[in-house]
Order: sequence, then C-alpha cells, then structure tokens
Amino acid sequence: MNIEINSKSYKIEKAVATLLEAMIYIKENTEPTLNFDYGCKSGVCGACSVRVNGKEKLACSYTPQDGDKIEPLKYYPQKRDLIVDKSSQKELLKRVKARLISYNEQVLNSQDEAKTQIQSDCILCSSCYSACPVIEVNSLFAGPFALTKTYKYTIDKREGAVKEHIDVIQSNGVWDCTLCNECTLACPQGIDPKTDIVNLRNLSVQNGYMDPNIGNMSFGGGFGFDANGSF
Amino acid sequence: MRKVDILIVGSGIAGLSSAIKAKSLGADVAVATKGVATKSNSVMAQGGMNVALGNIDRDSPNLHISDTLKSSHNLADKEMVSKLCNGGIDAIKFLEEIGVPFSRLDGADTPLKSIAQRALGGASAKRACYAQDYTGLKILHTLIDGAVNLDIPIFEGLFLLELIKNNDSEVCGGLFFNFDSGEIEPIYAGKVIIATGGFGAIYSKNTNSATSTGDGLSAILKAGGELSNLEFVQFHPTTLKGSNILISESARGEGGYLVNCEGERFIDELSTRDKIAKAIFEQLKQNREVFLDLRHIGKEKLEHLMPQELKLIKQYANTDATQELVAIEPAVHYTMGGASVNEQFEVIGLKGCYCIGEASNANVHGANRLGGNSLLEAVTFGLLGASEALNTTASKIEEQKFNYILPIAKDSDNLEVYKAKNSLSDTLFKQVGIIRDEQNLLKALETIEELNIDSLKIDDTPKHSTLLIELLELQNASVLAKALIKSALWRKESRGAHIRSDYQDELIEFEKNSTVSKKDLV
Ligand SMILES: Cc1cc2nc3c(=O)[nH]c(=O)nc-3n(C[C@H](O)[C@H](O)[C@H](O)COP(=O)(O)OP(=O)(O)OC[C@H]3O[C@@H](n4cnc5c(N)ncnc54)[C@H](O)[C@@H]3O)c2cc1C
Ligand code: SF4
Ligand code: SF4
Ligand code: FES
Repeated sequence: MNIEINSKSYKIEKAVATLLEAMIYIKENTEPTLNFDYGCKSGVCGACSVRVNGKEKLACSYTPQDGDKIEPLKYYPQKRDLIVDKSSQKELLKRVKARLISYNEQVLNSQDEAKTQIQSDCILCSSCYSACPVIEVNSLFAGPFALTKTYKYTIDKREGAVKEHIDVIQSNGVWDCTLCNECTLACPQGIDPKTDIVNLRNLSVQNGYMDPNIGNMSFGGGFGFDANGSF
Repeated sequence: MRKVDILIVGSGIAGLSSAIKAKSLGADVAVATKGVATKSNSVMAQGGMNVALGNIDRDSPNLHISDTLKSSHNLADKEMVSKLCNGGIDAIKFLEEIGVPFSRLDGADTPLKSIAQRALGGASAKRACYAQDYTGLKILHTLIDGAVNLDIPIFEGLFLLELIKNNDSEVCGGLFFNFDSGEIEPIYAGKVIIATGGFGAIYSKNTNSATSTGDGLSAILKAGGELSNLEFVQFHPTTLKGSNILISESARGEGGYLVNCEGERFIDELSTRDKIAKAIFEQLKQNREVFLDLRHIGKEKLEHLMPQELKLIKQYANTDATQELVAIEPAVHYTMGGASVNEQFEVIGLKGCYCIGEASNANVHGANRLGGNSLLEAVTFGLLGASEALNTTASKIEEQKFNYILPIAKDSDNLEVYKAKNSLSDTLFKQVGIIRDEQNLLKALETIEELNIDSLKIDDTPKHSTLLIELLELQNASVLAKALIKSALWRKESRGAHIRSDYQDELIEFEKNSTVSKKDLV
C-alpha cells in the first residue's frame, strides 16, 4: 500500500489496522524524522487528528486505503510535517469562558446526565474546527468545539451564571455560524456542534439578544446586541 | 527568566488538580507538559474513581481502607491509605463543584448522593464513581477548562530533562527541552511538583499513553531522590489481543465472564488484577485462547453502560461484543512504584520537590493497586500535595548556567533509536513480565546494557523533532528498566504483581519496600 503525506509518497510493507500504525511504520523503518502527534492510540487524547483526502480523521482510528493523501489540520499554524500548533484552543476556551463559572448546588439525576453526555465526550481534537468554512473567512469565529463546550456549561443545572456564557458568544460567536453541518460530520465523537449552536441561539434570544443578521441592532432599550463583544 | 511559586510538571489529573488547588491558595502556578495538554494516562481512564460514598451499597472509608490494604499484600502504609480513602469526599466534592459530568442516580437528596457507582475488582461495595466509561476524559477536560479559565499557564511542549538545585541543595526549578524552539530552558520555582505519571509505556505490550515513559522519575533519580517498589508492574487482565486497547474492569464488574477456548470459566472475574492476569497468562501458556464474554448482559444495557468499550471493540477487534466473544490478553497497565515520598509528598532524598499521582510511590497501592484507586490518588494527593508544598518555606531561587548537551550528531543512524526502543520494550515484556525468574532478569539486564542507549545520537534539527523526544524518552526508559530489574532481582519472593517462579512464596523478610537511588545504577 502507498500513502501520501504532504505530497510525498510512502510505501507501507506491512498489514496495518490504522493510519497511525502506518505512520509509525514509516517512522521506524524509512523516515525517522517524519513528525506527527499521538498519545493514546485509542481515540481519546485528540492528538492525532489529520486530514485524509480533505476530511478530518483521527489517525489512530482511521483504516488507511491505498492512495490516501494525508495533510495537517487546516487553520492552525503548521509546526512540522503533520504537527500543527493547537495552542489557540486554550485561548478560545478562555475567551468563551468554557467552565462552570459559578457553582450552584443542585442534585442532578440521570436525565441531567443525559443532557450533557454527548457534549462532554469532546476530546479536543479540533477536527470540527478544521472542517469549519467560517474560520477561513473569519479567524476570530469561536468555532464549533468552543461553542459546544459553552452549550454544555449553560445547560448544566449547576451553572449559576448562564447569562455570562451567553454574553460572550454574541460577537464572533453563535450568529456567525452558517449552520452548514461540516463540524458535525467531522466529529469523531458523534458530537453535533451545529445543533448546539442552534440551541445557543435560542438561549441567546431568551436572554434578550437577537439575530444581528435580521434584527435592527438598536432595537429596544434594556437589552441589546453588544457588537464589540466582551473581550 | 521564568519564575513561579509552584512549578507543576505534567498535565494529567494529578498535575491539574494540584495546579487548581495551588492557584486557589493564592500561589503563582505554572504547568509544564511535554506534549499537548490532553495527552496522558488520565484521559484514558474509563472505569471510575473510588470514593466510599455508599450511594448503592453500604460502604464506608474504613471498608475502603481495608480493601486497599488487603490488595496491597501488606506493603501499603496504613496512615497513607487512610489519608487516601478519607480524602475521597473532598476530592469528589472538588470535582462536582468544578462541573464534572458524572453519571447519576435518580431520586438522591444531595449532590454527592446522586453520583452513580459501579463495582470494580477487589472492592467490597459498588464504589467507583464514573462518567459512563469516559471517567478520565471528563475529569481531565473539566480540569483543563478550569485551569485555563483561572489563568493558569499550561506550557505545552516543555519536556522535563533535569531538576535544578540551588547551593543549599534544594530543588528550585526544572530544566526543559522546548519542542517549539529546539532550545533548553529553565523554569525556576519555589517548589516543584512532579506529576509526570508512570512508566508502563516502556513495555512493548501496554495499555498506556505513549507519554508514560518515566521521565520525571528518571529526573528525580538523577537529582538524588529515591525510587521504590518499581518491580510492582500491574498487568491488566483484559486488553484486546494485538492492539492492547484496554477493556475496563467495569466490563467484569457489570457481569462479564472470562472464558477459555473450551468455553470454560476459569477464575472469579472479580478477583484482584494480579490473580486474574496470572490465571489468563497460564491459560495462554497452555495454548488456550482467552475471551471476554459480555453477550448475556444484553445489548441495551451494554450500550448504556459502556458505549466507549463497544466502540473500541468494534473498531480495533472488528467484533460485536453484544453478539460475539472478544479475544483478550494481559498487558502492562499501571506502575505501582515511583518516587518515595514522605507524608507531605516530598520526595525522599530531595528538598523542595514533591511527587504526586502515578509517578509517586505514596505507599497506598503496595504490591497491587485496586482499580479506581489511582484516579482517587491523582485527585486527593494532587489537592493535598499543593497544600503541603505551599506550607513550608520556598526554595531560594538562584539563576544558573546550564550545559545540557542534546544527543544530536551529524550522520548518526536515526533508525538505531527504534531498534533499541523495540528491543528494550520487548525484552521487558518477555523477560520482566508477569512471571519472572533470576536467570531471565539477569539476561534482560545484560541485553539492555548492551543496547548502550546512553551513547545513541540522532541526526535531526532539534526544533519540532519527535525523533529527539523519542530518544530522550528512551534514555529515561533505559534508566527505569535497569532500576526496575534491580528491584525485581532484590525481591526474592512472590507478592502481588511481582511473581517469581523461582521464589513462589510471600516472605515476611520482604514485607518492605525495595529502594533504588543513584548509586545503585552506576
Ligand atoms: C487505559 C487506562 C485506563 C485506566 N482506567 C482507570 C480507572 O478506571 N480508574 C483509575 O483509578 N485509574 C485508571 N487508570 C490509571 C489512571 O488513569 C492513572 O494512573 C492516572 O490517571 C495517573 O494520573 P497522573 O496525573 O499521575 O499521570 P498522567 O495522567 O499519566 O499524566 C502525566 C503527565 O505528565 C506529562 N509528562 C510526562 N513526562 C513529562 C516530561 N518529561 N516533561 C513534561 N511533562 C511530562 C505527560 O505528558 C502527562 O501530561 C487507567 C489507566 C489507563 C492507561
Ligand atoms: S455548522 Fe457552523 S460551526 Fe459547524 S462547520 Fe458549519 S459554520 Fe462552522
Ligand atoms: S467537538 Fe468533536 S471534532 Fe470538535 S474538538 Fe470535540 S471531539 Fe473533536
Ligand atoms: S492517538 Fe489519541 S486520539 Fe489518536
């Protein structure tokens, strides 16, 4: 089998179950200075995400096919070969205040668990981010995983500061998404950021915000769209 | 010059719990980690974290203590185990309040009473708190969210090489290789907390993250700190044959059977890991394949309780566990030994350096760790370690010059690194595996000495070189491997996870820790 990594062709002379195994084979047998990232080999650490024939995949769970073309994720600065600089993930998480801001003592039950179960499966692989066409035109867009995380915290009954989450996702946030669904298709964990964003829009409206694409921005007095965001 | 009150090395659950605690106590904290923050053993933990909440069965910290002591084969320290088990409530409260999305029970009357609990091996009650079978993932990411939002810097791509000491021999920082710049750089600190995890990944068949290569332990040893009980390497009984992907103990806790190719059950599935791994190993030696049988539990229940496992089994073994038998084999899973620490988690032999989580031997697991106790240790001792580190006077920071030389030389044969790595890890698995004897241990030591790993060099630019990282890890693996074999040779008995065919009994004269320090390795 042959695969192409950043336009260079490599021959894999061994049966491999995953793309990661193929890359390790190349590194240990033909090109030891090839660079790619991995950790868990089992789909939970999010380190090995790459693009295969233009689609985001986890190298450790994708079964390679002859002729596959492998490239790094989009939008992140390339460090070397398939390794990109994902440090902006953490800046984004901070910008959207992705955490339980104010603990509100509540007794949760199995339905509450189910509400955030899928969102909290996120492994921070950034596949969704790389797949999102909006980032291409607006690098400040918060993007899918950050908004999914925000959604998760807003619907957690323990969150006593829901409004604070909503406030910071108005500008370069929920309204910038085109609902194209690419993120949802790209996610290896079956997370659906698009739907979470739709839900966040509803929550935004309930909190007094409105869709800036259709509304009149100077509408009303007490609430309003903060065009400058809060960051 | 980078300078902080507390430098934490490692971004697993131990390191990040500690970081958040130290920050909440007002300290200036930084976390340095060798890769992206999400890579660790922590993120992989599935089954759960033991806390004697008694939400399902009658349970108490005292029962938890006695289970833990029993499993330790008389090697754990009662005080430390009591600290661990009694600290569970604070630990779970901490996690609940930062927003960990645990699995829940219906109809509870307090937040902690609502946390679901399951059975893991060796526990006399359903004690493991979980978040489906993504317990580690969900705890870790909640901690990352918390740390990032508390403005705790997490420096990714800083590989700890050595500890820095001042003129009074106190540890006052760490020396790192910076993956992004390709340079060596120090971070000075009043206290250093090592949370670099275990060294299971130095074995060829293991369930660990590739990051678990014992780097922090090697740094501690070189700086003059003591390591102990390295010979206690836990094999997990149920990993997928070939890929060694872990199938959590919860699969047996929920009622799964172990059967051989004749369809016979051959061991109590809820016995401790050492006993089960040994029983499976013996079946395999008689050429009987071993399987995990989950079929009778039912598809619906399986899909609810262990979605990740079903997915992993499908993906890596192409098996539908709700309908078919799953072929399994034991693989290295957890290292009980580590840096010796006192009751304050300070490393024996060093001042100003603390060690927590899987990296430390805090005398709570002894010869065999109970499933679910290591996440508890990571959080509980992570929190306590931060408080202890801040409780005493900080080390004096003295700026220094460093002449660390990276193992790089033009025209080196880069493939040698992988030859040596594979030889070392295979040797460990075959000769320092589940069942050991003096002859094989000595042979293994000889093989590893002959690999001459310390003289290996690579030909690559240091910046963004994963080859260089792998060589640095291999150097540490070789230090740990030798120390581990020496400990295994010393322990002329069988106890818990250390099983010797030439000394099959547990002996009273070995009812103590093995220790290794720098002088033992020259
Ligand atoms: C597959 C699997 C399943 C498990 N399931 C369970 C379970 O259900 N319950 C349970 O209690 N335990 C479980 N365990 C064990 C448990 O996950 C670990 O023991 C625990 O998470 C260790 O946490 P830690 O923070 O000490 O180390 P780790 O999580 O391993 O973190 C170590 C950190 O140190 C960093 N690091 C390492 N070397 C360096 C260096 N040189 N420089 C800088 N940084 C470095 C690493 O990158 C990483 O960030 C499981 C383990 C595995 C592998
Ligand atoms: S649905 Fe929205 S967030 Fe998702 S990829 Fe499309 S534009 Fe991006
Ligand atoms: S939402 Fe899915 S694709 Fe995006 S980072 Fe999380 S796991 Fe990866
Ligand atoms: S190596 Fe961890 S997700 Fe692929």
